[in-house]
Amino acid sequence: MRLKNLFSTRWGIISVGAVIGILAPVLQKLGNPGNMGICVACFERDIAGAIGMHRAAVVQYMRPEIIGFVLGSMIAAYAFKEFRPRLGSAPIVRFVLGVFAMTGALVFLGCPWRAMLRLAGGDGNAVPGLLGLIFGIWIGTLFLKKGYNLGRTQKTHTAAGWVMPLIMLGFLILMLIFPQIDGQEKNDILFYSLKGPGAMHAALIVSLIAGLFIGFIAQRSRFCTMGAFRDTLLFRQTHLLSGVISLIVFAFIANLILSQFNPGFEGQPVAHTMHVWNFFGMTLAGLAFALAGGCPGRQLFLVGEGDGDSAVFVFGMIVGAAFAHNFGLASSPNGVGPHGIAAVIVGIVVCLLIGFTMRKKIA
Amino acid sequence: MASTVDARGLSCPQPVIMTMDEIKSGTEKEIIVLVDTDTSRENVTRAAKSQGCEVTHISSEGEGYRISIKKS
Repeated sequence: MRLKNLFSTRWGIISVGAVIGILAPVLQKLGNPGNMGICVACFERDIAGAIGMHRAAVVQYMRPEIIGFVLGSMIAAYAFKEFRPRLGSAPIVRFVLGVFAMTGALVFLGCPWRAMLRLAGGDGNAVPGLLGLIFGIWIGTLFLKKGYNLGRTQKTHTAAGWVMPLIMLGFLILMLIFPQIDGQEKNDILFYSLKGPGAMHAALIVSLIAGLFIGFIAQRSRFCTMGAFRDTLLFRQTHLLSGVISLIVFAFIANLILSQFNPGFEGQPVAHTMHVWNFFGMTLAGLAFALAGGCPGRQLFLVGEGDGDSAVFVFGMIVGAAFAHNFGLASSPNGVGPHGIAAVIVGIVVCLLIGFTMRKKIA
Repeated sequence: MASTVDARGLSCPQPVIMTMDEIKSGTEKEIIVLVDTDTSRENVTRAAKSQGCEVTHISSEGEGYRISIKKS
């Protein structure tokens, strides 16, 4: 019999939620943007900016947290013999889901992690976002009950499982070769922000170590914010939900201690007050996460386990971020982008079509 | 005779959905669930226990696990 995985217990998942809940406000204190100590969607968007896929000047930074999530998870997966290279479960569909997941998240301005961190920082606009997220996941569970699935994965070459982690390692090396130069928006190939959220970041080494640590424990515990609500709605199972609640509670306490709790709706950091679109942006994101089987954080941890389909989803999110800023879909503190509402509607229609048409009796 | 649920290669939450369906509507007392990730092994085990079933045995099989569940 194998050793019991302590992190997969109730107390394990609660501890992991607590660690993330504490580290995020600390990262904010050390330089990351407001209520954005960690945001998987925002940080992948910043990476898209750093490599010039979009040119929104205020959101360009190669976020080491994301790199750390993947590599930390991979270290855990290897340490506990859970690295299982696999791929082939409708990758193109997962790519499209990634694109629209990011679109929805950028209309709200945050992934589920940030929605919770915003709530824990006193941002009332997070409430319609979180309700929208739960609504979107609920729609996803209806499809799951009706037999929605994207088919089986196949075992693949070990090297194939290494592709995305190596890309992340490459990003890190690029960052070391082409570091930020004071007052310059570009160092040869990498873009950096001179102002705005992209210019706010903790020191590289701090971000990287925090990312590695969270990646490691999140792989062990299977922490997933989408799964938290999905399992509660689908199976009345609150295992993952206890981790999410722990994250919110500990982030709230940490924010109080660090004087980062500012309740209200107006003037919240990197947020807008258009409640309807906060709601529907996250509805789209929640539905896309549910259909893809994991929140953006969980997809990164799965990449670390060798899951090539999750890697495709992550690339979908990065490309989606480029679309969102190039096409005026992303929101800003002033409100939704000129084409944000249209993009949410298109995204929901596409996700519904995916949900309705991709049902198969599994042989 | 035990019924077999082959959830190998399927991602969350399919293995749990298939196991729950078999627990609720299957006729056999014993269920064998095949999974290929540790996450699925944990999830299926947790789900079976939450349904009041007994997980009698877990063994490595090929690239994954074979989980034996006994309905109460």
